[in-house]
Formats: sequence, structure tokens, C-alpha cells
Amino acid sequence: MTEPYIAILIIWVFLFVYAIAGSIDFGAGFWAMYYSDRETSATVLANRYLSPSWEVTNVFLVLLVIALVGFFPGAAFYMGTLMILPFSLVLILLTIRSAFMVFSFTVKKYTKALVYISGITGLLIPALMIAVLPVSIGGFIGGGERQYILFNETLASPAVYTHVGFGLATELFLSALLLSDYARESGSEKAYAIYRKNAVILGPVTLFFAVTALLTLIPEAPWMVEAMVDVWYLFALSLIAAVIGYSSLWWPSQSAAPGRPRAGVLLIVLQFGLASFAYGYSHMPYILYPDLTIQDAFTDPVMFRWLLYGYGGGLAILIPAFYIFWRLFMKDKRYLQAKPEEENQY
Amino acid sequence: MDSVLLSRMLFGTSMAFHIIFATLGVGVTLMIFFAELMHWIRKDRDYGVMAKRWTKGFAILLGVAIPSGTIVGVMLSLLWPGFMEIVGKVIAVPFQIEIFAFFLEAVFMSIYVYAADRLSSLMRIISVAIVAFGASSSAVLINIAHSWMNTPAGFQLTEGRVTDVDPWAAVLNASMPVTSKHVLATAYMTGAFVLVSIAAYRLLRKASSAAERTYHKKGLMLALAVALLASIYTAANGHDTAKMLHNEMPLKLAAAEGLFETQASAPLAIMGIPDPEQEAVVGGIEIPGMLSWLATGSTDGVVQGLNDFPQEEWPPLFVHTLFNLMVGIGFSLIGIAGFALLWSIFFRKRGFPAWLLILLIATGPLSMLGIEFGWIFSCVARQPWTIYGIQLTSNAATQSGNIGILFFLFITLYIVLLVLTILVLKYFFSRNPLQRELTVSNGEAF
Repeated sequence: MTEPYIAILIIWVFLFVYAIAGSIDFGAGFWAMYYSDRETSATVLANRYLSPSWEVTNVFLVLLVIALVGFFPGAAFYMGTLMILPFSLVLILLTIRSAFMVFSFTVKKYTKALVYISGITGLLIPALMIAVLPVSIGGFIGGGERQYILFNETLASPAVYTHVGFGLATELFLSALLLSDYARESGSEKAYAIYRKNAVILGPVTLFFAVTALLTLIPEAPWMVEAMVDVWYLFALSLIAAVIGYSSLWWPSQSAAPGRPRAGVLLIVLQFGLASFAYGYSHMPYILYPDLTIQDAFTDPVMFRWLLYGYGGGLAILIPAFYIFWRLFMKDKRYLQAKPEEENQY
Repeated sequence: MDSVLLSRMLFGTSMAFHIIFATLGVGVTLMIFFAELMHWIRKDRDYGVMAKRWTKGFAILLGVAIPSGTIVGVMLSLLWPGFMEIVGKVIAVPFQIEIFAFFLEAVFMSIYVYAADRLSSLMRIISVAIVAFGASSSAVLINIAHSWMNTPAGFQLTEGRVTDVDPWAAVLNASMPVTSKHVLATAYMTGAFVLVSIAAYRLLRKASSAAERTYHKKGLMLALAVALLASIYTAANGHDTAKMLHNEMPLKLAAAEGLFETQASAPLAIMGIPDPEQEAVVGGIEIPGMLSWLATGSTDGVVQGLNDFPQEEWPPLFVHTLFNLMVGIGFSLIGIAGFALLWSIFFRKRGFPAWLLILLIATGPLSMLGIEFGWIFSCVARQPWTIYGIQLTSNAATQSGNIGILFFLFITLYIVLLVLTILVLKYFFSRNPLQRELTVSNGEAF
């Protein structure tokens, strides 16, 4: 494997982690809003999950951007120039969301505002982000020296809508699935039933958008579809994982309602990993078709080596730190059984 | 307005906003560490309460520091794509390590806050020391990239292509050591002075009880000691900075001082306005030979003037004023803090008079202004370059339009957040009055 491919693999890992963590984080925000007036148990559960997780999710976003700049400075140049409007909007929405997360822990009267802010941004942010994908398959970039996105063409393209639809469906499906697991873990069967029902509805919706997103690619990016056919087995495996994962919602369990959400989450994450790897693999070697390949955009080889050392060294410090963290918060019964109002005040 | 100027305005405003929270993040975490240390050494519960209240304030500031840091991080690629293309090849490592430093800070912050009651006091001090270390490392790492923009090293640029990359030479560039110390010392001093201001404000209001006054007095003295030490160190470090500028960026030094003609025994011009027509600083006070002494260590050393450089490479001459304001604030703060400390030694019994408390209240805002002037000076006096001598700002900037509308959106966002942060801080500390925390018997729990 050549150096640019190692680098893009690392980027894919960060992107994958951010996509999963972000889906669950933003999705939980949406569910908290959706059930805010009706089902308090579902809202409380979603909010409890959200409080500690957004910060880590946010760090992964920065990590992704920094990794892109370091490994593929040429791509950072291109993406920065082209995506200035959507990314700026994402930044503004993200800032409002994070600030309210922290503020509402301190000032309880902001909690209501937070529920709406995190619910609405929970749909808008992922939609804006996923729209970058179809734009990078080509055909939406205009201008000679001064390039820009052709917004009219972009907005008229069915691929954009199927991708956004797919992104949102995945986000809500994944978060419903994870929250159902979280609900069962915390012994709230009522919330479990609500989130399980949502997962049951959203599973087929996600599959529908996944297929239509692929179909709309055929006329717009034949070069990519050709590459996809070559790795058909990855897509096939991903489909199998999806079907088994979906079926887990009906597996027998010791609790009153059926379903093994933990297995479902793991299988769907596996499915998502396989599919996104196959999608990314078919995208190669282009970052932006047809103008920019990973080889063109690649960083200096010396820098590449030092970045690898950097990630190695960083992980060597962080893994022990996370171990201490895990022992204090995940294993220590004194923390796990704390009263709800005592937790996550920061 | 052209998009380069708009990009500079948008990025400058974003940095000016973020730097408030970033600086406090570095300074206040160190102060929390000192409060914990005092708590441990003196076994005085007041210091425990102090660490806890400062931590809560810090946590609220973090709610803005994290997203505003995300904004500037991503905005670098959006507004300065040409610059980031070179950054990615030459100086990407410090940015990358900074993320890990932040992770470390965040993990130990959670441990310090949530697990406080389960940690021994020594472990609590170690946790908060790691938090302070992570915050300070982040400041140094980001400053490394900034110092590299002033004194670029570790690569060659031939026909627009980056070659001969040496990441370590880029990190260890000429201005890195002295400016890193400057950034750290000024952040510590600002964090401490802001806490001095708050304590002085509380002491000025007569309504508080004796226990509260003792508490605020302790906080004031602890913060004052740190602030004074850090600001004296900053002054000494300023001398090294002048020498570094003299050797590495003589044009920046000449612009800062408003020196037009290259000369031996160059005078130090204080205030006044540099006038390119008369080639002199108009209306300032000149101290003969002082600039030569600061820059070279000898009163008759030769210092280069602006006229040695082509005029199109001059930065705007108002940087002289920014520079003077920064230095003036620094020395005033040493004066106020030193005087207050002497007062407390000689008039132990009397306490601080109201006029001195009012002066002390001014130190926090003044120090923060000094930080802002310093950053604006450092970046404006580098113009017209983004990477000094290598990349012009006009070549680094984005070519896309629409910056005007983004500028408007972001400015609105910053104003709203600033107001909200102040409201949230006020709300929290009025809902959780000190008196209650001081009288709660179980002071250890968070």
C-alpha cells in the first residue's frame, strides 16, 4: 500500500468514527426534541446520553479537519475554497449547539431552548455535511481559475437529495437503535419500546435511501459505479450485516419486549463500516472528481512520517488516560449509581 | 471591500474573540492548581471552595472556548487555503499534537470535576496539574505555528513548490522559544489579574460577611502574587523579544518603534505617531539610546530603520501605537500589583482602601486588553506577509466571494455568545452564593 493510501485510510477511520458518533449525537438531539412534549422518559434518556458525549464528538471533527490539512494539504485547499459557505453554516450551528449544551447545565431555564436548538441543528448539521459527498463526485464545480460550487446544478441534482435523505435516515436509525440499547441498559422499558418502534420504521427507510443514492449515482458518476461493481462483495456483506442487525430487533430477550439492541448496534455499525469503506474505495483515487486525486493532494513524505509518529505518540499518552477515565466512571459503582441530578453537571 | 480585507477582518475578529477564552483557559487552570496546592499545604477549606468556584467558572468559559476554537481551526482552511496548503506540508505536527493535548485536558478535567470526592487530595492535585499542563501545552503548540509564520524555517519554496521539508527545524524556528514564554507568561498573568479583579470587586462591596471578606482577601492575595510574578517575568521576556526581533525581523522592530533611519544609539519613542513625511515620531517622548540598549544590549548598538526596506513591505505604521499600548499596560500592571502587594505588607491591619481596590478591579480588563493589543500587533506588523518573506497575505486568502455575509453572521454569533456567557456566569454565581458554600460542612464534595 502506498503512502497516500495509508493516509486516506486513516482519514476514513476518523471520518467513520465521526459519522457514527455524530449520527448518534445529533440524532439524540432530534429525538429529545421530537418527544419533548409527549414522552418525557424518551427525552430524558436522550438528553442524559447527549450531555457527556458532544465534547468527544466535537474533538473528532477537529481531528478530521487537522488530519486532512496534514495529510492532504491540497485537498484542504480545494475543499476550503469550495465549501466555504456550507462549512461556515455548520460552524455557526455547531457553536450555538455546543454553547447551549454547557449553558443549559448551569441555567436550567435554558433547557427548553436547548432541546429545540439541539433538535433542529441535529438535522441541519448532518444534512449540510453529507451534501459534500455528492458534490465531490464531480459535475458541480464551475469557473476557471476561481472555482466555485454551481448551486443551481447542485440543488437540481437528485443525487444530492438521495444522499441527504440517506444521511438523515442513517442518523435517526442509528441513534434510535443506540438509544434503545441505552434505554434497556438503564432499565427504562417504556423508552425502549419507543426507540425500538422508531428503529423498526427507520430500518427499511434507510435501506430505501441507500439503494436510491446508489441508483442516482449511475448517471452522475459512471466512473464510480464501475469501481463499485468491482467490490460488489463488500456491499453484499454490508447488506447481510444490515439484515441480521435489523432482525435483532425481534430476537428473544429476558425482558418483556423482544429485541437485542446491543447486537443490533454492533451489526449496523459493522454494516456502515463495510458500506462506507466500499464507497470510499470506489471513490479512489479521486478526492474531487476529476480535478484532484489523493496523489496530487498528498503532503510532503517527511511530514507524512512525522504525522504517523505523532499519532502513535498521542495514542500512547491517551490510552492510559482513557483507562483511568474508564475505571473511574464506567466501573466504579459509586459513580454509576449516583443520583441523576448529580451527574454531568459540567 | 475586497475579499482579502474581509477575510482578514473575519479571521481577526474570530481570533480576538477566541483568544479571550483561550487565554483564560490557560491562566485560570493554573490558578485552580495553585488554589488546590494551597488547600493541601494550609489545610484551609477556603482554598478548596476557591478551587471549586474557579473550576465552575472555567467550565462555563469552556462552553465557548471549545466551539470558538473549532471555528478558528476550521476557518483557517476556509479563509486561508493557500496558507494552509503550506502549513500542511511544513508545520502540521504542532496542530496535530495540540488535539491530543486538548484530549488530555478534557479527560483529566472530567476526572477532577466528577471524581473529586473519590480522589485523594494528592491525586486531585495531580489531575488538575495535568489539566493546567494540557492547557499550557495547547497554547505553546499553537504559538509554535504562529512563531513559524514570523520566522519561517524548515522548508524551501521553489517555483511555488514546497521542498526540503524538515518538520523539526520548522518547530524550532528562531522566534519560537521567546514568544512561547511570552504567550504563557501573559496568559498566566491575565488569568490571575481577572481573578484579582473579581476578588477586589467583591471586597469593595461592603455587604459581605467577615467570612466572605477573609475568603476574598485570600483569593486576592494568591492571584496578586501570581500576577505580579508573571508580569515581571513578561517584562524581562520583552527584552529578549526585542533582541530576537532585532536579529530576525528588523522591519517589525522598526515599525513597532517608529524608527525610520538606521542609526547607532537609537532612541526609544514612547507614544506619538510615526509620520512618514517627516520620517519621525511626532508628539512622543524619546529616551536616547534606549532602543539600541533593548535591541542589542549596548546603548550605541546599530538598529535598522524602516528606510532600509522597500516601502511596499512596510506594515501599517499604527502598529507603533498598538505596541506602546501593550507595553504601557504591562508596566502599569506591574506598578499596580507591586504597589498593592507592598501596601498589604506595610499596612497589614488596615486592608485595602477603596481607591486601591478600584485600581485592582481595572487590572483584569486591562490585562485582557494588553493580550488583544499584543496579538493584533503581532499579526498586523507581519503584514503584508502571512508567512514572513515567503507568502503574501493576498496569496494566502480565499478567492471565493460571500465573505461579507459570513462576516456579518459570525459577528452576530460572537456578540450573542459574549452576552450569554456573561449572563450565565452572573446567574450561576448569584444562585450559588459564596456564603452558602463557606458554611456547608462537607466542603470536599463537588
